[in-house]
Amino acid sequence: MLNRGRFGAYGGAYVPEILVPALEELDAAFIDAQDDPGFRVELDTLLRKYAGRPTPLTRCRNLGTGRACIYLKREDLLHGGAHKTNQVLGQALLARRMGKTRLIAETGAGQHGVATALAGALFGLRTCIYMGAHDVERQKLNVFRMRLMGAEVVPVESGQRGLKDAINEALRDWTASFADTHYLLGTVAGPHPFPTIVRDFQRVIGEEARAQILDEEGRLPDAVIACVGGGSNAMGIFADFAPDAEVKLIGVEPAGKGLDGDQHGATLLRGRPGILHGAETYVLQDADGQISESWSVSAGLDYPAVGPEHAHLRDSGRAEYVGATDAEALAAFQALAAGEGIICAFESAHALAHALKLAEAATDNPVLVVNLSGRGDKDMEQAQRLLELP
Amino acid sequence: MSRYATMFDRLSGEGAFGAFIMLGDPDLARSAAILDALVEGGADMIEVGIPFSDPVADGPVIQAAATRALAKGVTPADCFDLIAGFRARHPNVPVGILTYANLVVARGRDAFYARAAAAGADSVLVADVPLLEAEPFASSARLHGLDPVLIAAANTPPERLAAIARRGGGYTYCVARAGVTGADRAAEFDHADMLDALLTNNAPPPVFGFGISRPEHVRAALAAGAAGVICGSAIVDLLAKHADPLPALRAFIAAMKEATRIREAA
Repeated sequence: MLNRGRFGAYGGAYVPEILVPALEELDAAFIDAQDDPGFRVELDTLLRKYAGRPTPLTRCRNLGTGRACIYLKREDLLHGGAHKTNQVLGQALLARRMGKTRLIAETGAGQHGVATALAGALFGLRTCIYMGAHDVERQKLNVFRMRLMGAEVVPVESGQRGLKDAINEALRDWTASFADTHYLLGTVAGPHPFPTIVRDFQRVIGEEARAQILDEEGRLPDAVIACVGGGSNAMGIFADFAPDAEVKLIGVEPAGKGLDGDQHGATLLRGRPGILHGAETYVLQDADGQISESWSVSAGLDYPAVGPEHAHLRDSGRAEYVGATDAEALAAFQALAAGEGIICAFESAHALAHALKLAEAATDNPVLVVNLSGRGDKDMEQAQRLLELP
Repeated sequence: MSRYATMFDRLSGEGAFGAFIMLGDPDLARSAAILDALVEGGADMIEVGIPFSDPVADGPVIQAAATRALAKGVTPADCFDLIAGFRARHPNVPVGILTYANLVVARGRDAFYARAAAAGADSVLVADVPLLEAEPFASSARLHGLDPVLIAAANTPPERLAAIARRGGGYTYCVARAGVTGADRAAEFDHADMLDALLTNNAPPPVFGFGISRPEHVRAALAAGAAGVICGSAIVDLLAKHADPLPALRAFIAAMKEATRIREAA
């Protein structure tokens, strides 16, 4: 199991010994499912007829035009409101395959919690979502959506009361409950096999986008751009473009109130290698190794570690990582709404912010594909407080 | 002979009682006094936590202790100094460190184990490093003369228990139930097979942790075949609930230690 779980120097499975058999059971179920055509058919059917795949690739009519050609991969249109549903359906089928009767998950912005709750309802699995108490407060709408679909939402009061602390609590639950419970981890972080499973269930984003851009432009894009918190939407859209060396892969981290201070979540830009939540990866930490508090206007990017494959892509140079501040993301959020009639999630607005920067500086009309990973309904309350409308 | 081996030799016929505290909770000075009280109460071996911000293997009681220590600004360097002080006062009592991987790799594995050895610790257990990831940690520990304590759980498969028996040192930390640390639930797994596999493979002596909070838990663990027990959450809880905890602590340790004398009790 160990060798499959490494991305260069990163990854692994740093968990209490008692959880190792649960990870091995999951790994075996995943490998077994890949060889089962029935599994693939059921997942594909769910993705098409329940979740609404394929999602469109939309060419911006107004943003960036004249300087660049910006395409949006519309994961915001996926059922549930974000890309999260792709891999949740896959893992829920694995849970059923393993005979589990209960799902637990962590959530930051609430999108992964919503996706897990809908899968729990669909498959008749009891569902418990751990969510930092601070995030419960700033994403009330998603909390209600989860509860409406029958999930229990547990506010986590420890630590900084955010996504990191929700993962801690979910891991603690799982060490006691693995016999009947699947931990449906929401991103490409955590111990092996989660980074691989989540990436493989999310790679449908990039497979579709690659075919769609070839269809539209007759060539590959100059760059594929996605926001990175844990990094699942980015890995999902990067995976199929990774072999195409001419396509730049750009991950956009939350620069929060600025990279020079300590209020950001830019793990790959400002962290250093360490071990958190089961994986060796970049971590925001102090000199002793205590985990730092991260900050982002978007709860879904507010995480002091990152998926280990991103750590590897950073070190190998295959992907480039940049930051977008809260203010830049909010400006892009507003520009997309006013310019294209699309209200995206604060998370996705970070990716768009960087695309707009590239377009501003471009001279050769590059083709840019932005993963619009989620829709912005959940952020309306916060947006009302933060934005001055004319 | 290591301090652990000497201790198990000395105790032949009774179980080892290990007492855990979180260093720096409630503060560094009181931690030093608490460590002395553990020995005065009769603890045979001491386990000390170096507080980490994200202790995923720990339940609410030990999490809260780590949070209190970190809020006081307690660092790993402070903890090593506390251990060195304890070692100067108690040359023969085994001391094991319990902590998390990121604190070890942040300092650098070799630097961490070297500092632990210089402070006079005997072993290091890293709660989030299972056997499959243990090699670089265990090698570095041995390089610096420390025992790498590994965890065996009742759901660990037999071939892995054999490897844990070979690779581990000092004692084998046996987890007798699912879940995180805490005093609320006692052992629940059938652990006879785990103990058999460890003994067959000449593992370091099996010591039960998790859910050891009353004398009857101690007696049950020893009757099942454990060479000792470690009590953590119950002690941390007692310390948190008393303004002047030392008299109650000594009495509690003495009662728990008494329960390790199963031959006399029988």
